[in-house]
Amino acid sequence: MFVSLNWLKNYVDIDQLTPEDLAERITKSGIEVEGIERFAQASTNVVVGYVESCEKHPDADKLNLCQVNVGEETLQIVCGAPNIAEGQKVAVAKPGAVLPGNFKIKKAKLRGVESNGMICSLQELGVEEKYVPKEYATGIFVFPEDTEVGADATDVLNLDYIIIELGLTPNRSDALSMLGVAYEVAAILDVPIRLPQTSLRHSDEVAEDHVSVRVEAPEVNPYYGALVVRDVKVGPAPLWMRNYLMAAGIRPINNVVDITNYVLLEYGQPLHAFDYDKFGSNEVVVRKASEGEKIVTLDDVERTLSAEHLVITNGKEPVALAGVMGGADSEVSDTTTNVLLEAAYFDGQTVRKASKAFDLRSEASNRFEKGVDPNRVREAGVRACQLLSEYAGATVLSGVVEFDQMDYSEKKVTIWTDKINDRLGTSISSDEIADILRKLHFNFEQDGETFVVSAPTRRQDIVIFEDMVEEVARIYGYDNLPFTLPQGGTQAGGLTKAQELKRHVKRFLEGAGLSETVTYSLTSKERAEQFVSPEVKEATVSTVSLAMPMSEEHSTLRVSILPEMLTSAAYNLARKQADVAYYELGSIFITDEEKVTRQPEEKLRLAGALTGQWLTHPWQQEKKPVDFFVAKGILEALFASLKVDVTYKQAKIDNMHPGRTAQIFVGDRKIGFVGQVHPATQKAYGLKETYVFDVDFDYLLEIHHNEPSFAVIPRFPSVSRDIALVVDETVPAGAVQAVIAEAGGDLVKDIQVFDVYQGEHLEAGKKSIAFSLFYQDPERTLTDEEVEASYQAILAEVAKHFGAELRG
Amino acid sequence: MKEQLQALEQEALAKVEAASTLQELQDVRVAYLGKKGPITEVLRGMGKLSAEERPVIGELANTVRGNIANAIDEKKAGIEAEQLEKQLAEEQIDVTLPGRPVAVGGPHLLTSIVEEIEDLFIGLGFEIKEGPEVETDYYNFEALNLPKGHPARDMQDSFYITEELLLRTHTSPVQARTMNALEDKRPVKMICPGKVYRRDTDDATHSHQFTQIEGLYVDKNVRMSDLKGVLDRFAKQMFGEDREIRLRPSFFPFTEPSVEMDISCKVCNGKGCSVCKGTGWIEILGAGMVHPRVLEMAGYDPKEYSGFAFGMGPERIAMLKYGVDDIRHFYTNDLRFLKQYHQA
Repeated sequence: MFVSLNWLKNYVDIDQLTPEDLAERITKSGIEVEGIERFAQASTNVVVGYVESCEKHPDADKLNLCQVNVGEETLQIVCGAPNIAEGQKVAVAKPGAVLPGNFKIKKAKLRGVESNGMICSLQELGVEEKYVPKEYATGIFVFPEDTEVGADATDVLNLDYIIIELGLTPNRSDALSMLGVAYEVAAILDVPIRLPQTSLRHSDEVAEDHVSVRVEAPEVNPYYGALVVRDVKVGPAPLWMRNYLMAAGIRPINNVVDITNYVLLEYGQPLHAFDYDKFGSNEVVVRKASEGEKIVTLDDVERTLSAEHLVITNGKEPVALAGVMGGADSEVSDTTTNVLLEAAYFDGQTVRKASKAFDLRSEASNRFEKGVDPNRVREAGVRACQLLSEYAGATVLSGVVEFDQMDYSEKKVTIWTDKINDRLGTSISSDEIADILRKLHFNFEQDGETFVVSAPTRRQDIVIFEDMVEEVARIYGYDNLPFTLPQGGTQAGGLTKAQELKRHVKRFLEGAGLSETVTYSLTSKERAEQFVSPEVKEATVSTVSLAMPMSEEHSTLRVSILPEMLTSAAYNLARKQADVAYYELGSIFITDEEKVTRQPEEKLRLAGALTGQWLTHPWQQEKKPVDFFVAKGILEALFASLKVDVTYKQAKIDNMHPGRTAQIFVGDRKIGFVGQVHPATQKAYGLKETYVFDVDFDYLLEIHHNEPSFAVIPRFPSVSRDIALVVDETVPAGAVQAVIAEAGGDLVKDIQVFDVYQGEHLEAGKKSIAFSLFYQDPERTLTDEEVEASYQAILAEVAKHFGAELRG
Repeated sequence: MKEQLQALEQEALAKVEAASTLQELQDVRVAYLGKKGPITEVLRGMGKLSAEERPVIGELANTVRGNIANAIDEKKAGIEAEQLEKQLAEEQIDVTLPGRPVAVGGPHLLTSIVEEIEDLFIGLGFEIKEGPEVETDYYNFEALNLPKGHPARDMQDSFYITEELLLRTHTSPVQARTMNALEDKRPVKMICPGKVYRRDTDDATHSHQFTQIEGLYVDKNVRMSDLKGVLDRFAKQMFGEDREIRLRPSFFPFTEPSVEMDISCKVCNGKGCSVCKGTGWIEILGAGMVHPRVLEMAGYDPKEYSGFAFGMGPERIAMLKYGVDDIRHFYTNDLRFLKQYHQA
């Protein structure tokens, strides 16, 4: 809502404050002031001039040579405006004038003819084009005939005013009117309020003889008032009114339309003016539209209605979409002489449905949607007729023809001084509360510390005790509230075990060199089907998509973190950031329904992606590109820190390199995978060799044991033995190691692979794997015999399982 | 004999002096102090001496041997020191060459901010709660006093999946979920960080996905001044002890009264500048006293319980605190951005 302070001054005294101070007071106690603006910056030395003569420039077709009387003198001015004419009163910037934008006016010669100043358009005086009345949009502005020649044009135009922009929250629809703002400012500043007087001279003719009103849907239209005015002279509205409208962001049209808009802004009550003679009948019937019924609205668009829309009809066909827009047939035009004026209360939700369905949001629909003041509907109609009679020469017929089932009652809200103080933590006295209610212009009955407040109908937001707590608090001032800390029983705040573990894992991976990402949960349908870990795939029937996505790119909830993470990696690669090491811990969304009806299951996954160099030290010629074992090494260390035992098995997974991917198991349970992205997928993403992992984090939370426990530091020496075994090249080292561990028994504390060899010294199709075995007994020193016995047992078992032989 | 010994001493000392390597020195030691050396030779002739002369010469011989040995040791230490120095000089490296880089990762800036706020509220006795990102219309709106058709639903155009399911538009549903889940209706003191989604076109100040932290405290006799006190602690800890806060009226369907909290502008110290648009204040978060309808729907009797709630955006806080100029930076994961905050 744009509020011109000049206009506001008509209702409350605000002169004692600067606009900035006023804005701050309003912001702190009521409604946020989002901006303070000057409508048009000041111009100097611009006066009203009378065009005494206007002739064609001798050397230029499009220019005119004008003699303009500016009071003390007559100036010769060359003017290019198409609408310049003899006898007009215009705004003249005299030599030495400064226009907005620091545009200085000097004497000049135009095509050989002297020009002593400039005749100005409203745009040149600083008015935004969209507010300039259409008739002046491409030319100069013309003053009314009675304007005094030589007067300061900026004073007459009164453009140099200040507008504050209020950021209204949905509850404060009362401030969608100048009167509402005036009540608010009066309460905050504790100044009196002056309401407009709506006295009216009626003709002897009675409106009822010319129109009837029938409402068939009173539940959504509890009040409909029709007023009739005759002999309207359509023309421009007075300058001050046009200025107020422009300041509020409404373009002036003609006096009839401008007056309805003026009252809309003043009272917050939308009105609609029909051309009485084009209305099509003399009965107003308000009803729900029938399905498929059509109306051509003011904007010349044919709209097809449905049964939830409310229409004004002439008894036969719709003439307006209630509260949203009038029909084209009955629109007020330059030839209109008789006007049927509608002042009605339409249900907010009904208006909202229609304005949304047709995308017709307007000043009027906005106010109906948020709820207008029942007590201002009729009065606004009368106010408009008063202005029509004053500024459009209209004769107002006597009486308001109305349908009225409106509830005008005020809500009663009981408040208690002690309860208000309990809620706020204050010690406000009953007298202070009474004073606050007086400032707000709320009626109340006081009985000691109890107040029964009648909430005025303009304040539809006040319904319950808490609403009144807010009223008291904001007028009392939030600045005056003390600072206290909760006095309730203390509880130990803290992280749950799961939350602690999440932080542990994050810090662990960061220490291992990975940077955390936060990627979008919404991805494309195509990407949502990539990199799905086998155990996720088994639990998922379909992907979860938005009903109305904004783009295909973000249409489907992720089933893996990897696609969006790889998109981010590719973003870096494209910007010469070739070495990427990422991790992310976040939710994926899976559903066991073909078509989603229940909340999908949200599973936490831990994913990572690595590409480029893992280690670079150029001047020492050290370079280590990321490979499978870098990725796996990070996971191994993480699992070790969580004390989770996993196994890895060669696996084929969608979008992954078929020979360089391992599925990860805890026992028989699948918990994820690690490996290289399939070269074709890498290419599609714009990536080079990239390694990824994706692990079921919920399951890790379930089974981890990261509580440290004490193990005795061994006092007896360990014994190490190396063993190099020759096996078929297809035998996985992990399988051999598992057999060694099993066969070696409890004394084998650790097994490490220290060499893998394949080549000329071995038979084709064979490889040698060398292990270091570490033996230890915490209780005593081992004997050679014991170690030897274990070693032989191992040899026998690996021979049995894999035909393994000791490498000679 | 005396002269003979003194001459030998002179001769030996001269050779020690002349020696330049450890080997030459060893040769001198063997030559003069060894069993076959000239001093031993001289002493062998002591039998010919008188009983008076013998101890005198004996003593002199020992002195001479001692002097030579000392000179050798001294010289040896000198040569060794010289050699060490030479070796060290040869071992010199160019210390200005770069070291081997250590791979360093770090948390996302949003995680850093969220964890900082979590720790702050844990210190005030709050717990951390989590909730689903795909919400029911009931928890996202209705349980928060936003019935269907409520005009305030306009403020947050949403990503619906079905008519009843949507991506949550705020973390507030976790309030209702937490209160509903407590069978014994005991006091609640929690914050909830999480991802939220709104139908916004991504640009410098809008993101269809962003982060929110919701806070809720419900107990008997919770006062608005408690909210003010807690928010003041939060603001001072996050933005500096010299920041002031102010509350001003606002509107949220799930709180009444509702307020926005501003902090005094750090750039101009409240005088007004371009950062705070001349007002001296910067909007940080929304808050208020829990609406009685919300308490009631969650099974808490509003006559007995009251509470406060607040909600804030870590992206906004990060943007203010570090001057991040585009919200999209949080989601493109550009390493040049991420790495700036690995120490933050």
